[in-house]
Amino acid sequence: MPACAQKCRTVSSAPFLRREKEYGLNHLETVGIPVPALFVILVGTAARDWETKRAMRNFLAGARFLASAKFLSACAAAAIFAGTSAHADQPVEWETTFQAPATDMMRQIEWFGNYTMWFIVPITVLVLLLLAYCIVKFRASANPIPSNTSHNTLIEVIWTVGPVVILLCLAIPSFQLLTAQYTPPEEAKLTVKATGNQWNWDYEYQTDNTLAFNSAILQDGDRAKAGKEDRGVYPRLLAVDNELVVPVHTMTRVLVTATDVIHSFAMPSFGIKVDAIPGRTNETWFKAEKEGLYYGQCSQLCGKDHAFMPIAIRVVSDAQFKTWLAAAKTDLPGANKTLMAEVDGQNKVAAAGN
Amino acid sequence: MADAAAHDGHDHKPYHGWVRWVYSTNHKDIGTLYLIFAIMAGIIGGALSVAIRMELQEPGIQIFSGLAQMVYGMNGDAAIDGGKSMYNAFATAHALIMIFFMVMPALIGGFANWMVPIMIGAPDMAFPRMNNISFWLLPPAFILLLTSMFVPSAPGAFGVGGGWTLYPPLSTSGQPGPAMDLAILSIHIAGASSILGAINFITTIFNMRAPGMTLHKMPLFAWSVLVTAFLLLLSLPVLAGGITMLLTDRNFGTTFFAPDGGGDPLLFQHLFWFFGHPEVYILILPGFGIISHVISTFSRKPVFGYLGMAYAMVAIGAVGFIVWAHHMYTTGLSLDTQRYFVFATMVIAVPTGVKIFSWIATMWGGSISFKTPMLWALGFIFLFTIGGVTGVQLANAGLDRSLHDTYFVIAHFHYVLSLGAVFAIFAGWYYWFPKMTGYMYSPVIANTHFWVTFVGVNLIFFPQHFLGLAGMPRRTIDYPDAFAGWNYVSSIGSYISAVGVAIFLYCVFEAFQKKRIAGANPWGEGATTLEWQLPSPPPFHQWEQLPKIK
Repeated sequence: MPACAQKCRTVSSAPFLRREKEYGLNHLETVGIPVPALFVILVGTAARDWETKRAMRNFLAGARFLASAKFLSACAAAAIFAGTSAHADQPVEWETTFQAPATDMMRQIEWFGNYTMWFIVPITVLVLLLLAYCIVKFRASANPIPSNTSHNTLIEVIWTVGPVVILLCLAIPSFQLLTAQYTPPEEAKLTVKATGNQWNWDYEYQTDNTLAFNSAILQDGDRAKAGKEDRGVYPRLLAVDNELVVPVHTMTRVLVTATDVIHSFAMPSFGIKVDAIPGRTNETWFKAEKEGLYYGQCSQLCGKDHAFMPIAIRVVSDAQFKTWLAAAKTDLPGANKTLMAEVDGQNKVAAAGN
Repeated sequence: MADAAAHDGHDHKPYHGWVRWVYSTNHKDIGTLYLIFAIMAGIIGGALSVAIRMELQEPGIQIFSGLAQMVYGMNGDAAIDGGKSMYNAFATAHALIMIFFMVMPALIGGFANWMVPIMIGAPDMAFPRMNNISFWLLPPAFILLLTSMFVPSAPGAFGVGGGWTLYPPLSTSGQPGPAMDLAILSIHIAGASSILGAINFITTIFNMRAPGMTLHKMPLFAWSVLVTAFLLLLSLPVLAGGITMLLTDRNFGTTFFAPDGGGDPLLFQHLFWFFGHPEVYILILPGFGIISHVISTFSRKPVFGYLGMAYAMVAIGAVGFIVWAHHMYTTGLSLDTQRYFVFATMVIAVPTGVKIFSWIATMWGGSISFKTPMLWALGFIFLFTIGGVTGVQLANAGLDRSLHDTYFVIAHFHYVLSLGAVFAIFAGWYYWFPKMTGYMYSPVIANTHFWVTFVGVNLIFFPQHFLGLAGMPRRTIDYPDAFAGWNYVSSIGSYISAVGVAIFLYCVFEAFQKKRIAGANPWGEGATTLEWQLPSPPPFHQWEQLPKIK
């Protein structure tokens, strides 16, 4: 498809770490922007390099975590299921933040999301405080004679230029994040094509010997047969019959299209979302860092069963992936069963180890 | 009132009975019709949203299968499938009704029709008969849209379930039934009504200002309506073109948006959002105007930075035309295109910030009384700020990757529209109600309405930020069990808001029942615009002797 050829980008050969460094704001000083000064004024801290930003990020995440209801439920969960976590990344009850990142890209998105909070929360609080001050100080009983001031050029310039400066502080890391999303750090080692249908996904592995299968929501009646009775790991509306299986730490390219109407391929913990549009092939990529089972959902209204076309990606070790891929070409259900048994075994060992 | 009676004695006296309303060429009567229409449409659109929240109160499908059984006579699995489609139809109708039949008629048809001619010292609108047809196109459009909910769309489904964005192919090959055609015609007619209204306002404001009323002396509400009218005039024809292409794709074999015929589904998205983004400013700009008047009146101070306020609206309107693809970050736009739209979108925050700060500066040093309209205006400023800053977050394509089409977006645009535009409508309602009717409402009931609504809507929409961050997609009838908690809170908020609507209706009823005479200017010396120089209600024809503007 011409659209695909056009969209397949030249891939930078830069090592993964270099991008992290570029992402640090000290990079900006080379373009003459006095970043530290802006930060001293606006954030009250000079976040000048990646490490400081990382610390800031962790601090923020920690503070927000402690303040959130998630903390309580996490405590409860920790007490009950101590150590049995199987990296099944999915939304949790009373969650107030992003799902835990499973790729570096999602970590960058999460960082940038938290970074914007440093600007928008103070702005909102400032507006609230100014309103409160006016309400208290200039209520008719406290200030019976209104002033007649209706112009002040200086303050008007300040509240025009101030927001411009704040937006600049947001725009620079924002553009870096956006650029990073379209600049894969290395050549993809695995390419999978995801095709949206009403209301399921077709996955096609573009390997030497093509593997293709359909992935649809797991029907309750099929849970026992598929060995997916644990609703903690295979939740309602998220579990599928055949997961997309990919190897860990492997640059994976996803080509996304659709056959009937527009769908959207989204995986929250990977930080990817791209529309599946008939007649067009879009591209995205991810490099999962942790083995586990990850869940997303179709994210573009596609008709009656839009709520019922989940996306599940199982990230496994390289060896497990190779075994599974070889077996899946002839016997998909068998290969899935074997893989599940192996993964569950690992998790049990890990749990016992804890 | 004596004046009014005298005027009614002339040839231009109002007709009696239904003729007065159906044949009306009087901007105040037509404005009243618009307001009544908007209230009725708002109740229907609100009821649809309460049904949606009832469904989402708990995981699973509880409400809509039963509704499908009751309304469409479906049974068993067909009822569940019909219910799923019905949910989509409700979400679509909720959006279209609230946008085209509630907010726009209330702000532009209602308040602007009523107040703009009075404020600029004109006896009526420039084209009174066109004003009449502008209104009377709306009821048929509304009936078409409501009818569409009861005719087939896809097999086993009734009503348009494609979302108000009407993206093809879901709106073409995805829903072959007549429901979509009815909805498209409905939008065509509503759009024509708005274009006629826009022409009327532009002509009126440019040509019928009283002597001395220069553009730079014109009240900000008139400014906001002028900018809005230009946005309508320039954006609606693009929508009309886009949905006409949908119509021919559906019925006459064209393939504008069908890839198998060489078309492109994304073309529609560009056309739609070229209209759709200015549209959201159409919904909020008149509100900006109202808030300026209310803040100034109850602070007993002139608006701070009048010129900045006027030109901030012009800037918002102009930039609003070149940011449309920020609704399309996940469609596969090229990196450079996304960079441009991130940049352009962020620019809008600047004039918007100017407005927020100017409102606060208007209050600064004032002598503020907290009458009902002022409560709504204060609520507007704070909640619009929250919606504004989440908008700044969403402007960043890199971050929007994770937030696009989640409940975070729903929370964002309801903070600017449901808590922004609607708060502005209520601010305007309580500000001008005594002027329009001559009666004063009960401040106690009106303030209760404000507080109940304030609590309710925040309870609905604030938790939706969390749902969006956690990844809950929009427009789903059911959700993974982990999202149950915040959805429950959100639904409770919806019921509280519904109580707020009931209080509002009672407030109106009570005001007409008690008939407390409001007087020409119930708000005191802070109310300086021309409408407060007329009796309440104003005479059938005002300014037969043009006012002199200093």
